Amino acid sequence: MVLAADDTLRLDASFIDYALVVAYFAVVMLIGFAARRRVSDSLDFFLSGRSLPAWVTGLAFISANLGAVEIIGMSANGAQYGMPTMHYFWIGAVPAMLFLGVVMMPFYYGSKVRSVPEFMRRRFGTGAHLVNALSFALAQVLIAGINLFLLATIVEALLGWALWISLIVAAVVVLSYITLGGLSAAIYNEVLQFFVIVAALLPLTLIGLNRVGGVGGLIDRVQASPGGEGEQLSSWPATELSGFENPVWSTIGIVFGLGFVLSFGYWTTNFVEVQRAMATKSMSAARSTPVIGSFPKMFVPFIVVVPGMIAAVLVPEITALKAGEESSLTYNEAILALIRDVLPNGLLGVAIAGLLAAFMAGMAANISAFNTVFSYDLWQQYVKKDRPDDYYLRVGRWATVGATVVAIGTALIAAGYSNLMNYLQTLFGLFNAPLFATFILGMFWKRMTPTAGWAGLVSGTGAALAVFVMNETGVITLPGQGAAFVAAGAAFVVDIAVSVVVSQVTAPKPVAELAGLVYSETPKEVRTDPEAHRLPWWQSPTKLAGISLVMVIVLNVIFR
Amino acid sequence: MSGAHSTDDGTDSGDRHTAGAYDVRNVIAGLIGLYGVVLVVMGLAGSSEQDMVKTGGVNANLWSGIVMVVVALAFVLWTRLRPVVVDPGAAVDGSEAAEGAAEDRGPAHES
Repeated sequence: MVLAADDTLRLDASFIDYALVVAYFAVVMLIGFAARRRVSDSLDFFLSGRSLPAWVTGLAFISANLGAVEIIGMSANGAQYGMPTMHYFWIGAVPAMLFLGVVMMPFYYGSKVRSVPEFMRRRFGTGAHLVNALSFALAQVLIAGINLFLLATIVEALLGWALWISLIVAAVVVLSYITLGGLSAAIYNEVLQFFVIVAALLPLTLIGLNRVGGVGGLIDRVQASPGGEGEQLSSWPATELSGFENPVWSTIGIVFGLGFVLSFGYWTTNFVEVQRAMATKSMSAARSTPVIGSFPKMFVPFIVVVPGMIAAVLVPEITALKAGEESSLTYNEAILALIRDVLPNGLLGVAIAGLLAAFMAGMAANISAFNTVFSYDLWQQYVKKDRPDDYYLRVGRWATVGATVVAIGTALIAAGYSNLMNYLQTLFGLFNAPLFATFILGMFWKRMTPTAGWAGLVSGTGAALAVFVMNETGVITLPGQGAAFVAAGAAFVVDIAVSVVVSQVTAPKPVAELAGLVYSETPKEVRTDPEAHRLPWWQSPTKLAGISLVMVIVLNVIFR
Repeated sequence: MSGAHSTDDGTDSGDRHTAGAYDVRNVIAGLIGLYGVVLVVMGLAGSSEQDMVKTGGVNANLWSGIVMVVVALAFVLWTRLRPVVVDPGAAVDGSEAAEGAAEDRGPAHES
């Protein structure tokens, strides 16, 4: 066994481990290649998304989100804060997913609004569209940086290269993944990836639990660890996570900031996610997609957050970090360190394959979303109109390369955060919260004017930015993820307030132009599925959503 | 939704046929099954002392491998019992929603 210098994390992978990783990517590349060549109409069927089963799109739905952020960020959070991290799943995801399925999806699916920038353009005209497209493009490049940084962390841990070399190598790998067609079978790969990740993280959790003496052993050791007498083992009221000392304010911050603004903003306006649901055959299947996804979603934390908590008591470097001592690792490396200490060769390869797959697909999705918005929403709309299609495809290719290069830069920003969730939630507060406010108001209030559209977005983003700057400069101090929750709340409130005021003094669009864009102006037939009453209960989105809601409430009660 | 197509296995009339090897469940079964077999072999070949210290005395490769093989077989069984039927005729006049989704992904295909 060759160990690198003591200050870096090294995974001791063997030939078999690498072979298992290669096997995964061989399968992905083969599917991508076959998809581009259109070798089989069966494959076309799965890719064209004309009639995918709801369980496939449901898994793709959460898999598209189960990337670096989820695995590294949530385990880092689990190591640092313990059980309160569960809020990101039970408060911060499941209710919004159910809302998306039950309330929003009929509107999306029926009204032919396919993406958020497109909705902005049709509902509010170019002003809001330009603001939204620019902020979306920026957000994608920043989030791609997080994914790239985490990918590079694995390359570094495997091969022992310096971070900057690992970053460049990881960027080249992602570029070739996109170019070789790995992305053209995105939904297909996401379903596959979901199972590989579970195959990696479930044994990790079980073996980790075995090492600490089972669930009881974990509880005892967390209680004995620094901060363990606090609230590492109960999810509410999460004062350490939110940074509010008062438990009442902490609860409000989590329910409103995380549970409402951040999570509804993320899940209902993220068109990478919504697209997964659009790939189904019927309105009912589209509505079921996020609802079905919510079932695995509520159990994902047990294989993501719990390993983080195990790492905090089992991995010496993380234990030292938590005790406030010098440590060579950060919380971001908690799960990698646990993998190093717990998984034997063989399972190690499965784990590396799962993590690489998740981060790569995550970054590829960011880059491709950037590429779409850059070439069609920005370049075609505002720079060079009316060129042939292949011109925009070329622009898109250069945008892909450009975004990847820029992501190397934004990865270095991400590298500066010891707990990436703090950074990521800040980004969501800046970009998603105002968008959600404008989106939801524009959708339900026909009086909202085009001017209010962009004015609300700009002032909402400004409000979030102001909170962020005040927290950075010490005017207010919220140590955990509270600053992001407050920023999101501020962005939401300011956006709504400005939009309402501006709407009073500017001219609205004629009502006739709002069909399909505003709820009250969209005919009911467009929003409902005529076949819905014939479906059995296990295909009915509302009944499934009810079951999901009850289960998530029970989970909250058990682990309060 | 796969349930809706469940009984049409093997109808060769026209363009209708099962998704076969490209059914995503078969691909899942293939990869997870491969992983399972490799891990079982590694587990049977014996764990090093170092591995035993890591896992706390459990032959983790063997047990994980067995579970993966079982899961893979379950997927194969599911595909056999409820095959997805490909019906290009129905797909062509698919809803506009699906076309819109395909359009949105369009640039990603080519890049």
